Amino acid sequence: MTTGVEAMDVRTRAGGGRLAWAFVERQTNLWKRYWAWEIVWLVYGVVNTLAITFIAKQVGNEGTGASFDTSKLVLFLLIGTLVWAYLSAVLDDISLVVTWERWEGTIEHTLMAPVPRALHLLGMSVFGVLHAVVRTLLIFAIAIPFFNIDFGSANWLTAAVVLFAGSFSIAGLAILAGVLPLLYPERGTQMSFMVQALVLLVSGVYYQVSVLPGWLRVFSHVSPATYILRGIRGGIIDGQSLADVWPTLLALGIFGALLIPLGILTFMAAEHWAKKTGKLKRQG
Amino acid sequence: MDDQLPLRARHVAKSFGGGWNPTHSLPWRRNGHARSDPARRVVDDVSFEIRRREIFGVIGANGSGKSTLIRIISTLLLPDAGDVHIFGMDVVRETMKVRSLLNRVSADPSFFRNMSALENLLFFGKVYGVSKQEVRRRAPQILARLGLEWERALEPMSNLSRGQQQKIAVARALLTSPVLMLLDEPTTGLDPRSKRDVQSFVSEVRQEHDATILLTTHDMEEAELLCDRIAFLSGGRIVAEGTPLDLRRQVADGRPLEEITMETVFMELTGRSVEEDEEAEAGVAAR
Ligand SMILES: Nc1ncnc2c1ncn2[C@@H]1O[C@H](COP(=O)(O)OP(=O)(O)OP(=O)(O)O)[C@@H](O)[C@H]1O
Ligand SMILES: [Mg+2]
Repeated sequence: MTTGVEAMDVRTRAGGGRLAWAFVERQTNLWKRYWAWEIVWLVYGVVNTLAITFIAKQVGNEGTGASFDTSKLVLFLLIGTLVWAYLSAVLDDISLVVTWERWEGTIEHTLMAPVPRALHLLGMSVFGVLHAVVRTLLIFAIAIPFFNIDFGSANWLTAAVVLFAGSFSIAGLAILAGVLPLLYPERGTQMSFMVQALVLLVSGVYYQVSVLPGWLRVFSHVSPATYILRGIRGGIIDGQSLADVWPTLLALGIFGALLIPLGILTFMAAEHWAKKTGKLKRQG
Repeated sequence: MDDQLPLRARHVAKSFGGGWNPTHSLPWRRNGHARSDPARRVVDDVSFEIRRREIFGVIGANGSGKSTLIRIISTLLLPDAGDVHIFGMDVVRETMKVRSLLNRVSADPSFFRNMSALENLLFFGKVYGVSKQEVRRRAPQILARLGLEWERALEPMSNLSRGQQQKIAVARALLTSPVLMLLDEPTTGLDPRSKRDVQSFVSEVRQEHDATILLTTHDMEEAELLCDRIAFLSGGRIVAEGTPLDLRRQVADGRPLEEITMETVFMELTGRSVEEDEEAEAGVAAR
């Protein structure tokens, strides 16, 4: 072993991909160690999905008019809860980047490593998306036998592409929410949950955004989740093809292209401020 | 040649608090404690240089600004004034380059507690560009040298005692082959044998591996044993600097040098005794 200037050569010049991947590996290791939590979240996700989708059945049984299409409502709510399970998992994972490290006490050691912040956040985002995909697929697989749903006209490709395209904008949003715990060591985590709650309210997860009062509906246009839900419902309920949903894909592309750089730059600015004021340290 | 200096700090200053806080002007916070308190100077016009392969000690009472100084050097805090250069590179303007040159052992070990030591070392190695194979090859050697069996490195960190964790922290710092190692109380909380292990390891690292070390400690014997030169901080200012012998001469004031221990030096230079400090610390811990 060597230490010193020459020792620099011993290190492989790590490429950006490898640096970002280090965070994916670390999160995977943590995830394995906290598997009990994963089961808790999975049960919660399944129960939540069932509970909300049963509302549709109840509405159907009460017979709200002859022309009422119960199975369509079931599918509408099922997609809503599953997409929300996915989006909130991504938002959680990424926006807790600072909170988690503060809690473990590793924040200073992670942030002083020679990794460009963009790669750090990219690695966290990749893990967040992969993690959310696994969790959502499991919830889907467990929940689906409870309902007898006809996916005959579903266009799965459309749904998958919309979800993929939308993940970029959600990652950007999550990075922005993750700035709050950096700025407010005590309250920041709750504040980023608040961001999630607002997205839930305005994006039409459990209802069409058209039911929102006009002033709230305005916000639905600036939430990427609105477009993700619209695109996925278009694909699965109405069997829309990629060609049909291109305006939605375009909107999601624009959101992603804006939100990711905005998130990273805001994070870096907040980190600079935290280094100036001494807020990086674990306690206040 | 300035570029060859592992560390040069010039007129570094840092204050905390006192910044503008919009919530302080809310009506219900006008009267009472919520007024923003004035900024507190924690590091005050500090200048020093560390030469290559030197072990430089920074000593001072609790709250004298040692850790703050180390955080400024390790790019975790921005100085309000002054500058720090590592091998000629500015810690503020060339942050990324500086980061790859140094590593730090902090007073609290700070690891992902449910991951094993090996998983921790693999992660912290990788972000410094150290490959898996390299970590797997060198980590057992380093830990053996520190008196820790390798098997322990495969258990979750939370199974290890504080002292064992501290040894993993030393290994983590050395694995990335830093040119400058910042050791913030590396032996606090270690039993006498472990303390000895870490101390002899530190001097070995300097001897065999061309590393430069900045060390803080509350153990005066350790400071005298390890450090080539020592700076005493008091209230964020350097009040004395020199070799342990220089410092003893400085406070001797006619007394024979044998009578002057580093503890006497500390007492005279910081105006308090180590015992008082330890009592104060214990008092804080008890609360
Ligand atoms: N991030 C921060 N925000 C506000 N105040 C801080 C911050 N970091 C340190 N301080 C204050 O600055 C002073 C110096 O702290 P520092 O940790 O540098 O002391 P130290 O010499 O390392 O003490 P110790 O021997 O107890 O480790 C203390 O009064 C501390 O409360
Ligand atoms: Mg300290």
